[in-house]
Amino acid sequence: MANIPVEALSGNRAQPYPGAPDNWKRFFSFSTDHKVIGIQYIVTSFVFFLVGGLFAMIIRGELITPEANLVDRTLYNAMFTMHGSVMLFLWSFPVLVGLANYLVPLMIGARDMAFPRLNAAAFWMVPVVGILMMSSFFVPGGPSQSGWWAYPPVSLQNPTGTLINGQVLWLLAVAISGVSSIMGAVNFVSTIFKLRAPGMTFFKMPVFVWTVLAAQIIQLFGLPALTAGAVMLLLDITTGTSFFRPESGGNPVLYQHFFWFYSHPAVYVLALPVFGVFSEILPVYARKPLFGYRVVAVSSLIITGLSAIVWVHHMYASGTPGWMRMLFMFTTMSISVPTGIKIFAWTATIFGGKLRLDTPMLFALAGVVNFVFAGITGIMLGSVPVDIHVNNTYFVVGHFHYVVYGTIVFGIYAAIYHWFPKMTGRMYYEGLGKVHFWLTWIGTTLNFLPMHPVGLMGMPRRVASYDPEFAFWNVLASLGGFLLGLSTLPFILNMVSSWIQGEQASHNPWRAIGLEWLIASPPPVENFEQLPIVVSEPYGYGKDEPLVSNLAELSESPE
Amino acid sequence: MQGSIADSSQPITEATIAPTAIAHAHEAHPDFRVWGLLTFLISESLMFGGLFVTYLFLRGEAAVWPPEGTEVELLLPTINTIILVSSSFVIHLGDTAIKKNDLAGMRRWYWVTALMGATFLGGQAYEYYTLGYGLTTNIFSNCFYVMTGFHGLHVFIGLLLILGVLWRSRRSGHYGSHHHVGIEMAEIYWHFVDIIWIVLFSLIYILTLF
Ligand code: HEM
Repeated sequence: MANIPVEALSGNRAQPYPGAPDNWKRFFSFSTDHKVIGIQYIVTSFVFFLVGGLFAMIIRGELITPEANLVDRTLYNAMFTMHGSVMLFLWSFPVLVGLANYLVPLMIGARDMAFPRLNAAAFWMVPVVGILMMSSFFVPGGPSQSGWWAYPPVSLQNPTGTLINGQVLWLLAVAISGVSSIMGAVNFVSTIFKLRAPGMTFFKMPVFVWTVLAAQIIQLFGLPALTAGAVMLLLDITTGTSFFRPESGGNPVLYQHFFWFYSHPAVYVLALPVFGVFSEILPVYARKPLFGYRVVAVSSLIITGLSAIVWVHHMYASGTPGWMRMLFMFTTMSISVPTGIKIFAWTATIFGGKLRLDTPMLFALAGVVNFVFAGITGIMLGSVPVDIHVNNTYFVVGHFHYVVYGTIVFGIYAAIYHWFPKMTGRMYYEGLGKVHFWLTWIGTTLNFLPMHPVGLMGMPRRVASYDPEFAFWNVLASLGGFLLGLSTLPFILNMVSSWIQGEQASHNPWRAIGLEWLIASPPPVENFEQLPIVVSEPYGYGKDEPLVSNLAELSESPE
Repeated sequence: MQGSIADSSQPITEATIAPTAIAHAHEAHPDFRVWGLLTFLISESLMFGGLFVTYLFLRGEAAVWPPEGTEVELLLPTINTIILVSSSFVIHLGDTAIKKNDLAGMRRWYWVTALMGATFLGGQAYEYYTLGYGLTTNIFSNCFYVMTGFHGLHVFIGLLLILGVLWRSRRSGHYGSHHHVGIEMAEIYWHFVDIIWIVLFSLIYILTLF
């Protein structure tokens, strides 16, 4: 009986299907192996991170002097629109989907995702999205200039009058990215509900899996709303309907509701898996169990629920009636409860632990610190009186870059370093990793901290020129920005050279506890020789209890 | 080195667990597909939800709804509704048939469903043709055409699914009493299209009576 599953898999174990390439070429094939797809996602989106970063360098180059003298103003508009859109739709979302793709099946003890082919199809849409987005540089009028929100009436203007214009291409790209995300969400939710290994109850799942589940549920309920809004916007631009045209009975604020009903929860789609990464990494390097595991796990779902009822806090200044402002101020504040629980749990986890400050831990710790700071400015922005004052200033830009860069990018870096040995079977160079960390940390602080004072002083966002009184802070921010650009170099060097010739990694270099660390690095196709039988909660550091009851059978040659 | 080594003498034994393990070894386990489809449809229905909310919101803002000159027809859509709703029962007969291993019965009922679906689409096309106003006439006609058109697109996809099932069922042995996930999925999708229509019909047609 016991070896039937193994027989069911007999055949060529090295390949997902007969004739599939098993060398580097597999990364360029329509592979259905979740690990290959995960790496495809991560590498593709990192390329777009560099593209979005290049736009950011141009923005910061323009802003280093008060006059608009580096690029044309319309190009500046295109730059911040493309910067925001690329960073979100082509970097943050796909890279986190990539991490989840790689890790979730391993962490729940599955051989692959529930729908492997759907998974591959969803991935291959990402390059299409990228090509559509980039091609808008080559159409008359250039890329969309309406910011990443694409609010009407600005987005409806279409100055060149051509059908294929930057805004239409932008909308198509976002729509395809939405389809890809829905396919991914269906896949993740099905996988987590249906493919857990024997014994892997919900309260034995690592927190990362919980957070991915919570995030993907958001995709399921949020994205359709965005799609509905986007379809109507597209029709308004191309066919002349007037859903969002006030002059003929439409209502532009309605679009704002659609947009933020998705796009606010969307920041939790990004933040939640990063919270999961923190929850995975901190216990490993502090050698202590995650404090309050169950509460941390459930708080993710509470965030999912709350995230659906806070969107109007982006619209305090959109003619929103007073009662609605009050209501959403209250719901917004209440989000700080589940997030506060997490921060408390992380602090308690590292408190009194023997901290080992390797690169992943450094990034995770700094990410938590940045997140606390972003949380404080977030509460400020959530309260109506403050927001009315700083609405549309650099204070907002500073706040959300502390989230998207300080927290999310830091968490992604932490995860890439932490699981790099698992993904490649090689160790990265710790020294280069530390250089990367310090450059990133100093760059982030120098870049995004000055945005807060300058925002409080009243510098508006989305402008190419500004009053000279803001110059000092902007010079600092630009220097920080260039430092951040520089910081990617040691990272790339590290990743490429270690993957090619790094030291061989054992199956568990961090002495971490988790199903993915019980099998070879990198894991074979279909991961487990025999499905693990899980017998205890995760994070059993210092407890000396077994995680699975069939360790010897998990891989062909256990180390 | 590993803190999590255990021997096989743990309370949960492989023997009790193995059947699940076998089920998991099959890549495309039938249940997952139905599960995946349901997850997708829940999500998809929220997209219609978005359109419905828009409609209600714009209706609430307008003084006269529907504005003069863009009234809706009632007789034909009602007939269409009856056809679509009853087709949901017909398709279920097909599903019942295949569970009794009655392939011919399944094919018969699926053909009838496909015919009813096509009639619905034809009726809608006729309605569009005779209404006398178009997509961009005013904000009501925007909503009307986008909502019904979007739904019509879904009916069309459902029709293609049904025809796909019929195409595949020509090969004997493709479907049977224990192997009919494809049939079931087409049915579920068809019910979904039907439910959306009932809401849509109430909003656009029935509500304009009041
Ligand atoms: C090198 C790092 C970065 C720098 C120097 C940078 C700089 C900036 C600046 C100066 C703006 C404001 C432009 C303006 O309002 O005129 C901006 C906007 C924005 N950034 Fe970044 N950013 C960086 C990284 C990121 C990352 C990693 C993300 C997302 C994951 C991101 C997302 C956004 C978004 C969504 C906007 C708003 C765009 C809009 O107004 O429509 N940025 N960035």
